[in-house]
Amino acid sequence: MKRSICLYFQIHQPFRLRTYRFFDIGADDHYYDDYQNRYLIRRISEKCYLPANATLLNALNNIEEDFKVSFSISGTALEQFIKYSPEVIASFRSLAETGKVEFLAETWAHSLAALKSKSEFETQVKKQAQLIEQYFGQKPVTFRNTELVYSDDIAEMVAEMGFKTMLTEGAKHILGWKSPNFLYSSADEPKLNLLLRNYRLSDDIAFRFSNQAWSEWPLTADKFSDWLNMIPSNEPVVNLFMDYETFGEHQWAETGIFDFLSALPYSVLKNTDFAFRTPSEVSEILKPVSSVFVPYPISWADEERDLTAWLGNEMQDEAFDKIYALAEKMQKVTDGKLLSDWYKLQSSDHFYYMCTKWFSDGEVHKYFNPYNSPYEAFINYMNVYSDFVIRVDNYFNENPIEGVLEEKIDEVFSLGKEITNELKKKARKVKNDLMKEFAEDKQKIKEIDFDELWQKSDKEIKKFINSLDMQTLLASLNDMGEDVEVRVKSLLNNENKKKFIEFKDNVRKVSKQKINASKKMISDLWNQIDKS
Amino acid sequence: MKVLMFGWEFPPHITGGLGTACLGLTRGLLKHDTDVIFVVPKAYGDEETGNMQLVNASDIEVDFRHALYGDLWKRVEYMEIGSNIIPYVSPEEFERLNTIEELKSQETGNSVLSKRYTFSGKYGANLLEEVSRYALIASAVASKKEFDVIHAHDWLTYPAGIAAKKVSGKPLVVHIHATEFDRTGENVNTLIYEIEKQGMMEADRVIAVSNLTRQICIEKYGIPEDKLVTVHNAVEPVEKELDRLGQRNVKEKVVTFMGRITFQKGPEYFIEAAKKVLERDPNVRFVMAGQGDMFNKMIKRVARLKMADKFHFTGFLKGEEVDRMLAISDVFVMPSVSEPFGIVPLEAMRSNVPVVISKQSGVSEILKHAIKVDFWDVHALADAIYGLLNYPSVSTMFRKYGKEEVDSLKWENAAEKVKQVYQSIL
Repeated sequence: MKRSICLYFQIHQPFRLRTYRFFDIGADDHYYDDYQNRYLIRRISEKCYLPANATLLNALNNIEEDFKVSFSISGTALEQFIKYSPEVIASFRSLAETGKVEFLAETWAHSLAALKSKSEFETQVKKQAQLIEQYFGQKPVTFRNTELVYSDDIAEMVAEMGFKTMLTEGAKHILGWKSPNFLYSSADEPKLNLLLRNYRLSDDIAFRFSNQAWSEWPLTADKFSDWLNMIPSNEPVVNLFMDYETFGEHQWAETGIFDFLSALPYSVLKNTDFAFRTPSEVSEILKPVSSVFVPYPISWADEERDLTAWLGNEMQDEAFDKIYALAEKMQKVTDGKLLSDWYKLQSSDHFYYMCTKWFSDGEVHKYFNPYNSPYEAFINYMNVYSDFVIRVDNYFNENPIEGVLEEKIDEVFSLGKEITNELKKKARKVKNDLMKEFAEDKQKIKEIDFDELWQKSDKEIKKFINSLDMQTLLASLNDMGEDVEVRVKSLLNNENKKKFIEFKDNVRKVSKQKINASKKMISDLWNQIDKS
Repeated sequence: MKVLMFGWEFPPHITGGLGTACLGLTRGLLKHDTDVIFVVPKAYGDEETGNMQLVNASDIEVDFRHALYGDLWKRVEYMEIGSNIIPYVSPEEFERLNTIEELKSQETGNSVLSKRYTFSGKYGANLLEEVSRYALIASAVASKKEFDVIHAHDWLTYPAGIAAKKVSGKPLVVHIHATEFDRTGENVNTLIYEIEKQGMMEADRVIAVSNLTRQICIEKYGIPEDKLVTVHNAVEPVEKELDRLGQRNVKEKVVTFMGRITFQKGPEYFIEAAKKVLERDPNVRFVMAGQGDMFNKMIKRVARLKMADKFHFTGFLKGEEVDRMLAISDVFVMPSVSEPFGIVPLEAMRSNVPVVISKQSGVSEILKHAIKVDFWDVHALADAIYGLLNYPSVSTMFRKYGKEEVDSLKWENAAEKVKQVYQSIL
């Protein structure tokens, strides 16, 4: 059997923050630079995603068996494609339809949650996997963490979530003399297979391709095939992992990078004994030769292959600690907008912009960076954060029901012998009443299967949702996330859109009334407990 | 009486307190029947001149046949040095001045023997050259205009004042808003020191903005005490609607530092005090408004103290943003290490904000209704802030009497003292 080449591309774009002044704190809950985000997404789509997808699609269609690729697309990138360049989604869908493309799971916001909070990490991975399934019709079985960040602890969480394979960096300091061109397994989780990036060959394409001072310049597909042939024949897999923006953005079209990409599969298949396979296939056909110990997190970033691009200086640590101090609270929040901001604020890019090690990797760090200095990045982030905290606090003041209510009533029970049976009974009744009421509310929601709906054509979807009662539609959209709501809204006709917005305001008012009523019930209960 | 006055800037084209003080003073003098011819390097045409005559140095032709110019011209040559010198600018930032306001000046005259020179009127790399050329223009103005006394503000205009005195033989008053020691600590630029000293020596009277500054003139420049007079600055009455600006969106109280973030202003003491206050009272937000060479260091310090969610930086604030910031402040703090005068606390008090100021500031000599602490005494600073935030009676009192006090500090009164100085040398 042929040996394997695993081509994997990372696609991620964060929601970049706007200039958020001190004066905005408490006054403005819009945090993103829509203009810049749209401009960048459109530019990168045109220069990179669309032409690169077209190149790959061509090869996937022409080569019968031995050409396959894999992607990870962050949720923040996907949501922005939906908003700013839906044709990118369509083009990834056509790739998916070839059946030769694997989509990997990651965290929705391309975050570093794995380092801080297990439950937050899991929530984001699930959210992301759902999105991939919804758009590309496959349930991810392979995991890759943000920027290939990996450690034994992370492996444990990933294995627990049921993933069989994980991608990470073939960092010199963890491999020592070993070659990255084998399948490995995690030291703590022997069932989790690890594919390690061959950073030399990956970076030959990603970083050095257009460098005319490089002794190997110009790099051609045939030359690259020669290098593959030089790999000892007992080494069964070569993992080429890189940013997708390599094609057309990091390396401009003028450098010939697209010619290289389109020639590579044919040249490799003709001149070598390698075939292109997806990570899950490689994991299936190979047996791990050994396990690797990684007690301290590694990544694919910079010379150090560690976390210092995101964490380590005072500002990064402060911002990172402060945002995750909210993690526990945020688990109880169900408000869509608040949650959406919460995830977006976790994108690792925000911390990357605060990096102060400019000298060695400054160029990479400046790429797509909206700030003039890491200090500005920090100030701006903390201003946004301060506003976000105010909103979270307001939310819990206004919404004692979800989470907080239960907590309060559980507190009553935990008082144990100190309260009378009669009061306990009363408390139980309050709880049951409230729960029943909210359960009733939820039953009114007629579930619409959006997953199924999205499979239909836009015309059909349009017809369907406009035929619905707007109140039902609104109720069904609850908890579906901002991206779905934005898409649905865009498909509504004017009359329905107006109704939709009207209902939304109404619901807000009504739920406020309910909240106030339940607040009163709880405080009455407390008063009685105080008296006894 | 008529005064020929030299200043580097005039509102609205100002970079800090100097221009504002010049405007206040000239307005005050007009009320005491004293006319002013004010010469600026560059006039824009939209200055608030009132009855004052504003002369644009860029419009004046210099006749090189005049014997006096030979000497001055030589100085123009040797003074062309690249320098990072800022004059009295506050609460302004010099990095910004150098990058944004690139100094551009050029010779625009066309006659061989007489020349006009277009000044930038900014603070840039060839500032010293402009200062010398400005002196050339001064002598030309002095030989053409009628006046009784010459008045020069800060070192930039001293050579001009001296030249005007030589041409006209009229008495010279120099006004010290800040000395080189205030601006740079101990790393004094000797060239500027020399210009300052020469100006004070050649002057018939020297006006200092505070006793603190007067003392520096005596100790560091060796100026005879009887030549020195202290005239404190004042503040123009408030014109803007503060209520309209004062919408605060955060529920916490706001404590503000506003000024250049440089060693001279003591920003690090504000940060340490903030930490102490936050330990006892989390319902406060601190704001550091301004820019300066210690900006990044201060951000790091705040991050290390883990209070970046309660301590905010705004960067440089301009115009209305300054008023807005003061309008939403509950306490204003100026912990300056060295401050010849310090006009911002007066503006804060005018906006009904109680202030904490350092004893090392000139303004502390005249204010009764402000809390005064040593800049290095972080505990006292924290105590003062905490007290003003948490004991309403104290802050109410400071607000009420502070406003009255600052309203009584009129430029009219300061101008009267200045007029007395003129009269003493006529």
